[in-house]
Amino acid sequence: MSDENKTPSQPDAGDGAKKMVERGVDPNLEPTLPNDAHGGHDPRFDEPTGQYTTGHSWDGIEELNTPMPRWWLGIFYATIAFSAVYMLLMPSIPLIDSYFDGILDKSDREDVSVEIAELRMERALLADRLADANLEYITGDPELFRFAMAAGKSAFGDNCATCHGAGGQGFKGYPNLNDDVWIWGGSFEDIRHTLEVGIRAAHEDTRFNLMQAFGRDGLLDRDQIRDLTEYLLAFSGRGVDPDASGRGRALFADNCASCHGADAMGDRSQGAPNLTDAEWLYGGEREDIVETLYGGRQGVMPNWHERLDPETITALAVYVHALGGGEPSAPQPSGADPQKPGMQP
Amino acid sequence: MFYKIHKYLEKKSFPLLLGIIGVVSVGGLVEIAPLFYIDSTIEEVEGMRPYTPLELAGRNIYIREGCYVCHSQMVRPLRDEVERYGHYSLAAESMYDRPFQWGSKRTGPDLARVGGKYSDEWHKTHLIDPRSVVPESIMPPYKFLAEAELEYDDIARHLAVNATLGVPYTDEMIASAKSDVTTQLDEFADDYDGFVARYPNAVIRDFDGDADKVTEMDALIAYLQMLGTLVDFNEFEADLDENLR
Repeated sequence: MSDENKTPSQPDAGDGAKKMVERGVDPNLEPTLPNDAHGGHDPRFDEPTGQYTTGHSWDGIEELNTPMPRWWLGIFYATIAFSAVYMLLMPSIPLIDSYFDGILDKSDREDVSVEIAELRMERALLADRLADANLEYITGDPELFRFAMAAGKSAFGDNCATCHGAGGQGFKGYPNLNDDVWIWGGSFEDIRHTLEVGIRAAHEDTRFNLMQAFGRDGLLDRDQIRDLTEYLLAFSGRGVDPDASGRGRALFADNCASCHGADAMGDRSQGAPNLTDAEWLYGGEREDIVETLYGGRQGVMPNWHERLDPETITALAVYVHALGGGEPSAPQPSGADPQKPGMQP
Repeated sequence: MFYKIHKYLEKKSFPLLLGIIGVVSVGGLVEIAPLFYIDSTIEEVEGMRPYTPLELAGRNIYIREGCYVCHSQMVRPLRDEVERYGHYSLAAESMYDRPFQWGSKRTGPDLARVGGKYSDEWHKTHLIDPRSVVPESIMPPYKFLAEAELEYDDIARHLAVNATLGVPYTDEMIASAKSDVTTQLDEFADDYDGFVARYPNAVIRDFDGDADKVTEMDALIAYLQMLGTLVDFNEFEADLDENLR
């Protein structure tokens, strides 16, 4: 036995061929050859390993029929038993037009609605007070204010940061929310309303105006746009052609003043930006202004009243208002109670 | 007896093949086949309609560019996902998808409810250069979409194939498919009323801000702006027994 084990693993150099021949006629393997010859499959006991063979033999090479380890078999049968139990407990077996619900009547959709309801309950104490609250009421309660800021920050990161930037700094075409320049108003109420209805959005009361494509639509020709641009640049002392600027002034009065005001200071009630300051939503360089005048600008902010609940919109308004440029609210109409009804002192 | 069958099968390759097919089919017969006849597979909802031809073209671009490699379209019924993305996705919402875009591997965010969340201009800016609006983004730019003219001469055949696969496109929809592509881009198009009747709730506007040509950008944004907006969740009663899973 020890000889057989050594022979294949320690072949003598130069003696290999002879050893191979020896192995071919190994007396231990020989008894299987007749099996092969008449196609038999008779397992036999293999003394060296203490196991039976399967009876298969390929050119004298046999296969041991070693049983699976007991621990492995145990786990295998346990998984089968588990699947049977699981099948009874959980929705599983397809029937004619429905399926077996399982003894536990488990439903992911039910679970998630319960979880969401629990989450709402947890927040309700503070969130319910946010729904129609005004800023004075919210800031008056430090705990509520902290809650609104935290909720606002989280909702901002998910919904607003994609356009206005993670810090609310904005990009070209997407207003900076940190500064005190507001197109549609920067009071808490204005911000909240903008969030609800959006700008040029799907809401029926959405904030809307029309910065026309003066060039593309043929309302102004190339020279007129150049003159107007010169006029606008002159506000910041960047004009180079006083004559053009003078012609631009007349063009401005005819075409632009109805929205942006005779003094170009803008009009928030129409969402017309101030054109005399250094803040430009679409860039204040000469080519930017020409582009704006030629093609118009129709930036869109989605309306959020369907996607977000009123509490979240209030929280967002609180957060954006607090970013840096929030303005005081317009005075309350006389007689109005600034505090939410039912509020505890 | 089993031992005898075993001995027989292991020596005869063709019966063995039949045996393998039989065993492997069990999984499909038990797990897949019932989905085609069980009533509760697809919820009954209000508002689902087949894709407009332009949306379908956008969807083809979405698949062509491999958007699905990073973006799934399935809000799972898990609290955090519902909190972030909105109502969990219903089977009904992808019943006209060939193939569906479900998944849970998200290198980018899930897009099942992205429709209406951002403006068209944002989508255009973002597709041209993602980092110009989201500095931390790792999405590759798709600038060429704004230049590439949409090839839609064969769009009617796309609809016809979908119809063969069970999407309820009518003959009228297929016949007007090509003109519907341009109709959806123009609020003043001649066939506006017909288009709205064929595809209720379809958004009609020039998606990429370039009225001169129909670009792949138009199609892709039209598709993105529709995602997750069709089902009327005011009408859908999620708590009904037949809607629970």
